[in-house]
Amino acid sequence: MNKTEHDTDKSQSVIEMRHIKKSFGKKEVLTDINMKLFKGENLVVLGKSGTGKSVTIKCMVGLLVQDEGTAVVLGEDVNNLTSDQLKELRAKVGFLFQSAALYDSMTVRENLEFPLTRVLKLRDKADITQRIEEVLEAVGLANAIDMMPSDLSGGMRKRIGLARTLILKPEIMLYDEPTTGLDPITSREISELILQMQKKYKTSSIIITHDMACAEVTGDRLLVMHEGKIVAEGNYDELQNSEDKLVRSFFK
Amino acid sequence: MIAASKRVFEEAGNQVSFMGDFFRKIFSSGFEGNEFIRQCFIIGYKSLSLVGITGFILGFVMTLQSEPTMAEFGAGSYVPGMVAISIIREIGPVIIALICAGKISSSIGAELGSMKVSEQIDAMEVSGANPIQYLVVTRILACTIMIPLLTLMADTLALFGGFAASNINGNYSFFLYFHKAFASLTFVDLVPSFIKTIFFGFAIGFVGCYKGYNSNRGTESVGVAANSAVVNASLWIILIDAIAVQLTSVFAYN
Repeated sequence: MNKTEHDTDKSQSVIEMRHIKKSFGKKEVLTDINMKLFKGENLVVLGKSGTGKSVTIKCMVGLLVQDEGTAVVLGEDVNNLTSDQLKELRAKVGFLFQSAALYDSMTVRENLEFPLTRVLKLRDKADITQRIEEVLEAVGLANAIDMMPSDLSGGMRKRIGLARTLILKPEIMLYDEPTTGLDPITSREISELILQMQKKYKTSSIIITHDMACAEVTGDRLLVMHEGKIVAEGNYDELQNSEDKLVRSFFK
Repeated sequence: MIAASKRVFEEAGNQVSFMGDFFRKIFSSGFEGNEFIRQCFIIGYKSLSLVGITGFILGFVMTLQSEPTMAEFGAGSYVPGMVAISIIREIGPVIIALICAGKISSSIGAELGSMKVSEQIDAMEVSGANPIQYLVVTRILACTIMIPLLTLMADTLALFGGFAASNINGNYSFFLYFHKAFASLTFVDLVPSFIKTIFFGFAIGFVGCYKGYNSNRGTESVGVAANSAVVNASLWIILIDAIAVQLTSVFAYN
């Protein structure tokens, strides 16, 4: 898979974060985040644990509300939306959680049905089944349709989590550490799957990670976060040859 | 001191806001009928044996304990009526509600707490679905409906337990026992106690959902959510009972 095949449209940003600040109690997690995601782009955000990467993407979908600053997603200011408008926006933004967050009490089929019947309000059984089979085929797990989440391996859970998100055909995908906790081979498979899905569903993506192999495979552009700020930006090769000690430390 | 009272007011405010969310979602479209029925099955059907055995033994033990003393005063024939009134007015609803707080409120707290910790609730919210409607409304409504029904069943079995205990000495026939029990009972005994079990059921479901839904991150918080759900639900039940008894004394028995 060649990542240069993407058609990034640098004139159109789909996410824009301006001067985002967020504290939890006395701990200031985001000090001043400014970033843009362009249409069709795969943006990788690198950073050590606890630097506020996950908090940043949670602010993008209104799961957390920033103390200061503006988060604009698909042209809408996330914090100025009514609950119905936010619901509509969220349906266009897919979020893959670090743990995949599959609903334990439901089979894979029911997990995938859930957004279709609640968000798209589909009722036609045949249509629902066709969409589920199609997306499971796309992530290579067509035979897992009637399994329970507890019977799936870590990599399979990530794939099903991805399928559940992609079934709504989102315009933007947010990946929270998609390869954490997986072996190197499965990590690479997931990274390549992210690329394939981006091509198939034409999404723009933000990938939060500290897995450099994943960053190399998936990233068109990389940002480095440190102590609640973006401290470096560039493509993989540029950052690899950076003179900044902190940036270089990711590549060792 | 100031910080502690601030926390109390914050907690009270959060609970009121959570209750507001619950009532708003009951009346909004998209009621989760299948999940509601599933919860009724889990909360009602799966508690039948525990509640049934407890109810039977309540009546059995009360009769066994009170019969010798009552007989000393020559009032043995009042035992069926006394047991029936105390079980139906007070002991049945409160004991069954406390048992259900232990079984149901803790399991709801732990279930929602673990869903919170594993980001399943966030995933539901971020997909555009409504977790309050799917998880909270169904569970609270199921508790509000099933706890009164479980209590009615336990009350009935308690009367049978009382009959079994009286019948150990062969004192009563089946019809005589139930005739004496029902002769002492009126609708004023049954209706207020049934109404208060509806509030007990609501408290059990609400506290379990609130504690689980608002648990912090980390596996430890699942245990904390389950534990505080039981403690708080039990406290709510005792407080509701105290208020209900006062109201009933003023409006029903006078």
